[in-house]
Amino acid sequence: MIKVQNLAKVFGTKRAVDDVSFSVGRGEVLGFLGPNGAGKSTTIRMITGFLPPSGGTATVGGFDIVEEPIQARRLIGYLPENAPAYTDMTVHGFLKFTAEIRGLRGDARKKAVSRVVEMCFLEAVLHQSVETLSKGFRHRTCFAQSIIHDPDVLVLDEPTDGLDPNQKHEVRQLIRRMGEKKAIIFSTHILEEVDAVCSRAIIIDRGKIVANGTPQELRQKSEWAGAVTLRVKGVASSAVTAKLYQVPLVKRVTVVDDKGGHVTVRAFPKSGANGALAQAIGEAAHDWQIEQLQAEEGRLDEVFRSITMPDTAKEVAQ
Amino acid sequence: MNSWRNVWTITKRELGAYFMSPLAYVFIVIFLLLCGFFTFFVGGFFERQEASLVRPFFDWHPWFYLFLVPAVGMRLWAEERRVGTIELLLTMPITAWQAIVGKFLASWLFLALALVLTFPVVITVNYLGDPDNGVILTAYLGSWLMAGAYLAISCITSALTRSQVVSFIISLVVCLFLILAGFPPVINVLQQLDAPRLVDMVTSFSVMTHFEGFQKGVLDSRDILFFLSVIGFSLFTTSVILRTHRAG
Repeated sequence: MIKVQNLAKVFGTKRAVDDVSFSVGRGEVLGFLGPNGAGKSTTIRMITGFLPPSGGTATVGGFDIVEEPIQARRLIGYLPENAPAYTDMTVHGFLKFTAEIRGLRGDARKKAVSRVVEMCFLEAVLHQSVETLSKGFRHRTCFAQSIIHDPDVLVLDEPTDGLDPNQKHEVRQLIRRMGEKKAIIFSTHILEEVDAVCSRAIIIDRGKIVANGTPQELRQKSEWAGAVTLRVKGVASSAVTAKLYQVPLVKRVTVVDDKGGHVTVRAFPKSGANGALAQAIGEAAHDWQIEQLQAEEGRLDEVFRSITMPDTAKEVAQ
Repeated sequence: MNSWRNVWTITKRELGAYFMSPLAYVFIVIFLLLCGFFTFFVGGFFERQEASLVRPFFDWHPWFYLFLVPAVGMRLWAEERRVGTIELLLTMPITAWQAIVGKFLASWLFLALALVLTFPVVITVNYLGDPDNGVILTAYLGSWLMAGAYLAISCITSALTRSQVVSFIISLVVCLFLILAGFPPVINVLQQLDAPRLVDMVTSFSVMTHFEGFQKGVLDSRDILFFLSVIGFSLFTTSVILRTHRAG
């Protein structure tokens, strides 16, 4: 549904988005990750037609965003960052207006409005002015606006930003439910969200895509993926590390904790270990008193940091 | 067909927005008070002893509009920018032109309403004497066109900034130039330069010069064209500003 090819955006001398390509199909939920200022919002604004791209193209449902912007925008539902809404309207008036501008009239409009009001739990504030709404309600009002025409493509810029945990949960559920039939892009810097909602994730840093895959695949990139944590009793930590280094699959061993006769170490696998490390270590340690032997899953936050941090660190050093 | 529907949707929303805030009522009340005060006291309506609205009533309009029209137009784009709804509006399946025209029309209709509400003045003059109502109607039309020209300029300044106050001040200054270019004291100074062409050129840019004809009851196509082209040009400039601002 969405196809982005070599998209670029230059602000003055700064390349905010640099050669970004990806595609999202129906039934996919793409998480758009990255540190603040990485170019997430700029990319999203180009896809939704708010910013003209400096280079490259994007198509939505086969319509080019520059050549046929109106047709492309018809297919998109968009929740901008910070969920703006006309403060001088009531919630009902605002939804009616957005439905009308999406081409819904008469009965179709009434139905569309009452559908999203129900979906986003807005009955209580329906005739309240947007100005007086709490942040959560204003957010949901703007979200309701984005799904009022039941779009095929949904673009959400930080949809859970500023919501309380319950509301976050609700929004995630909603996204996951709708993701079954639509193509969804949403940006976030909250990593747990990726696991909770996405079928695929892209990490973008300084305008470039630095990782692209399912949350599972991304986790595999972590040094932690397949690492083994071992806790034994009554052995010196030096003896444990020495022994573990003899295991062929082990790349590196670190001592996590060494207190009161309990030693905890973590062994990181060489590439290609494919999860066989835990067994190998179990065998190597069979004559010790093992208190814990645990294979680690990869950790997204660690992947995220390792991919995006080096650059930031360099920048600071300069 | 479809595009006019979109324009009308925007216009309806904008008009609704005016009446949701106290600004609209305050504006109308101030406008009517000013009209009444200037017509009957400062303009010397009764002392003139003639059944005409040209001098006591319409003469003041360019000056009222100088303050009131930028106040009506200042929020059009500045507010969208400040709240961020501009991102919502311009990613809807409408063209920027439809949004610009829709917003402009809403404010222009609002000004028309304010003008229509001055009808007691017309009734008064008709009760007291026997005025030429054709002239009054033409002058009303001219006044409305002039308000449209001011308003279109306010659209530009509103699109330039996210601050309504800045927009108000800039458009006030620009509109002041449009008035002064045809203001007698200014013309006198220019005439001393002994360059009749220059005088003609400068005065032809003034709303005063072009409003004059309407006040006399003359519908000159050049005058109508002047106001319409100011409106067209300003709205076009607004669209350029909106586009380049987005381009960064």
